[in-house]
Amino acid sequence: MANLESDFAGIKSPNPFWLASAPPTNTGYQVMNAFKAGWGGAVWKTLGQPIVNVSSRYGALAYKNNKMMGLNNIELITDRSLEINLQEMKEVKEKFPHHALIASMMFETKEEWHDCIKRCEDIGVDGFELNYGCPHGMCERGMGSAVGQNPDVCEKITSWVTEKATKPVIVKLTPNITDITKPALAAQRGGASAVSLINTINSVTGINLDTMEPNPSVAGLSTHGGYCGPAVKPIALNMVSELTKHPDFKLPISGIGGVETWQDAVEFFLMGASTVQVCTAVMHYGFKIVTDLTEGTNEYLDSHNMKSIADLRGIVANKLKKWEELDLNYKVIAHIDPEKCIGCQLCYIACEDGAHQSIALVPGNRIPVIKEDHCVGCNLCSLVCPVENCISMVKIETGKPKLLWKDHPKNPSKQASKV
Amino acid sequence: MTKILKKSNTKAEEINKFSKIKPLLSQNEAVIEASRCLFCHDAPCINACPTSIDIPMFIRQIITKNIKGSAKTILTQNILGKACGQVCPTEVLCEGACVYNEMNEKPIDIGRLQAFATDHVIKNNIRLFTKGKPTGKKVAVVGGGPAGLSCAHELTRLGHEVVVYEANSSAGGLNTYGVAPYKYTNKDSQEEVKYISEIGFEIKANNRLDTKKLSELEKKYDAIFLAVGLGKSNKLNISGENLKGVYGAAEFIHELREKEQKITVGKNIIVIGAGNTAIDAAVETSKLNADVTVVYRRTEKEQRAYFFEVDLAKQNGIKFMYLTTPLEIIGKEKVEALKCIKNKLIEKNGSKPEIEPIKGSEFIIPCEMIIAAVGQEKMTDFYKEISNLKIDNGKIVVNKDFQTSNPQYFAGGDCVNGGKEVVNAVSHGRDAARGIDKFLKG
Ligand SMILES: Cc1cc2nc3c(=O)[nH]c(=O)nc-3n(C[C@H](O)[C@H](O)[C@H](O)COP(=O)(O)OP(=O)(O)OC[C@H]3O[C@@H](n4cnc5c(N)ncnc54)[C@H](O)[C@@H]3O)c2cc1C
Ligand SMILES: Cc1cc2nc3c(=O)[nH]c(=O)nc-3n(C[C@H](O)[C@H](O)[C@H](O)COP(=O)(O)O)c2cc1C
Ligand code: SF4
Repeated sequence: MANLESDFAGIKSPNPFWLASAPPTNTGYQVMNAFKAGWGGAVWKTLGQPIVNVSSRYGALAYKNNKMMGLNNIELITDRSLEINLQEMKEVKEKFPHHALIASMMFETKEEWHDCIKRCEDIGVDGFELNYGCPHGMCERGMGSAVGQNPDVCEKITSWVTEKATKPVIVKLTPNITDITKPALAAQRGGASAVSLINTINSVTGINLDTMEPNPSVAGLSTHGGYCGPAVKPIALNMVSELTKHPDFKLPISGIGGVETWQDAVEFFLMGASTVQVCTAVMHYGFKIVTDLTEGTNEYLDSHNMKSIADLRGIVANKLKKWEELDLNYKVIAHIDPEKCIGCQLCYIACEDGAHQSIALVPGNRIPVIKEDHCVGCNLCSLVCPVENCISMVKIETGKPKLLWKDHPKNPSKQASKV
Repeated sequence: MTKILKKSNTKAEEINKFSKIKPLLSQNEAVIEASRCLFCHDAPCINACPTSIDIPMFIRQIITKNIKGSAKTILTQNILGKACGQVCPTEVLCEGACVYNEMNEKPIDIGRLQAFATDHVIKNNIRLFTKGKPTGKKVAVVGGGPAGLSCAHELTRLGHEVVVYEANSSAGGLNTYGVAPYKYTNKDSQEEVKYISEIGFEIKANNRLDTKKLSELEKKYDAIFLAVGLGKSNKLNISGENLKGVYGAAEFIHELREKEQKITVGKNIIVIGAGNTAIDAAVETSKLNADVTVVYRRTEKEQRAYFFEVDLAKQNGIKFMYLTTPLEIIGKEKVEALKCIKNKLIEKNGSKPEIEPIKGSEFIIPCEMIIAAVGQEKMTDFYKEISNLKIDNGKIVVNKDFQTSNPQYFAGGDCVNGGKEVVNAVSHGRDAARGIDKFLKG
């Protein structure tokens, strides 16, 4: 059995699976149930000046049978008083001294930040997370993503916190920005010990076509909300990889965004995260899913003869290159396993109408045939095929050496230099 | 569509009449089916399972391809999870409780998903459990059926030294010698028994315990778990019962299972009774090309067989003759016919209707074979020899720890509940092990 114990920028937890700051960490009751179920840490629902919430608050993107492949919310930070939150956080820490309890915070003035840091440290939190991410409600007041989107402000506020805090400080980044490395480096300059990403993405999930009201409807009106859940994982993975690969960025990363299964978690680790945080999957299925997260991760580590998450961390990030660095002479073509084929012909129509007309039908046979000399190796057919391992992409030995774009005959700048 | 693509999982196995009615799922099929699961909270399926397997969790683990984890979720609660996946009457247990039924949707195929996950660890001999820290205590288990095996496994996990005494030449109990072979084969059962026992307990087969041996055991072992199941088939108590060609259902099925269906049966067969065992005997003989008639005293409404078992019988062309009581078996040396009489049911203010034969309605059905499936005896003679063992209606009386009135003895399975399902026996065995553990450590 691998060792899943985690030390994230000095914050220790029994495993790297934390609850993200969100409704599942609203109360001590929930966090204690989560720890009992096996979660290693929890980032408390963001503390700040009192707010009020609207009703309703969430919208979802359903896809086929999956009711919530993307979730969006127009909720703000905690709607409970700081006193009550601190009281419950204290109880959690007393009952679960070895689990990680992190205070998420969002304030306006330096004094407010300092006051909350002191009170949180007094009750024994293990670290802080600065919410620079919320894309709605709070940014209009100059907080949340308004901070995360402006590297100078991000650096300044981070330094306010780090000058006071004795516990590790994590800066939570907003994805609503073109270059994620800018605020991350600003956080590093501001003295942060780690970053976490992503917070939610600006979004509107849809419109109720009967009432012609946007979702979620608040008396017929709505506002743009924060998008999360399985649908956002690809965006989060890319952003995590950008930080892992950046030569000047040195801080540990807590990966967030669409983690639901152990596979998702392992992907974040491979991309460079040291812990992962989960919100939507718990809002959908409850705390229990952590069993599969820990067990599946453990199993994966064992099957790769790895001892801990550290052995996985970041080893795939460096396989993400600039397009120019990819070998243009590498070639794959599709292969259909006739034994497995069920004759749905989805691959045929996808390639015929949506790609490169490289799949043929044979009269009298439901099983399509790949036109090998046409196939460009785009993957589309293998992606639409409903049968596992039926269409595989087979490497073709071209016998040609690696060829990069800079050396490609079609590269205009190369042709220019030839003249 | 000119070419019909027909795929089947049983491709590798020869398809015959005794092929599995619930064949193993491929990984692809399993993942697609598992993806339908809603992951209900406080799932009704868990509550409907006598061993309380965390069904939504093991299904989720199939989706994430954590098949080993899935099997562990199942086997932690029910070490015979594979047999149960294939023999449980899921229609009235977990699958019957699935919320999909509420929206007239096909329930999740829980049994087959369960068999899929557990088959993976059995076939690949992936070990999930280890022998507990030795306690120095020894327990004898009498009977290597589901109850005995489940108890022995759990006791071994708890660190006790266990020996299972089994009368038959191989263990498995009715999984090996009783349930229908189109649900579970001898090979399935033997593989499962091997997998379970390899945690580290001994099975002494061909060891039917009698009084003498039992008193030796009492000296050698700190506790004894009785899991002897039920006894011989009940007699019909009509004349002609000793003719050749008359069988008790349990004995007939035992032979059928032992010889792996390589037996010959008569052309016209009458099965008497309408419980699940009767249906099994009827379907099995019809698969051996016999014309089978089920004769039952009461009506379709009162028959104890599950509706889906009766459906299976009807699909196999079995005829049902209700409101019919057998009077006499006719024949010289061999069975030649069964003499019966027609009944009517007399309603008596709310209680079970009484049977009243209709005078002059006697008739004769020619046949070469009769199988009596009217229940099984209890092992009362055997129990008599155990001092101070309280019996009620042939069933061994136990407390909530499955301890009998003789404190050294515990009991579970069919011999305690009078004959239910495999899953109930497994649940008894597991919980009895915990009771025994408490007693030994107490
Ligand atoms: C024909 C038939 C079909 C069935 N089909 C199904 C089905 O499809 N699904 C289902 O869930 N249930 C089915 N059942 C019920 C199920 O098989 C039983 O409930 C279950 O096997 C009970 O387990 P057990 O361990 O209590 O007893 P058993 O399985 O009967 O095991 C008892 C064991 O003890 C051994 N034994 C007995 N006396 C001694 C002794 N003195 N010394 C040593 N060993 C001894 C026996 O040889 C046997 O191996 C069926 C039952 C029958 C009869
Ligand atoms: C209803 C809701 C409320 C949230 N509130 C907060 C919050 O108060 N503070 C914060 O830092 N992030 C908040 N988030 C963002 C989550 O912590 C997390 O970053 C995001 O949902 C992505 O993770 P996921 O895909 O696992 O849900 C909230 C998310 C949701 C759905
Ligand atoms: S989940 Fe349903 S019941 Fe619970 S607060 Fe939301 S709307 Fe109300």
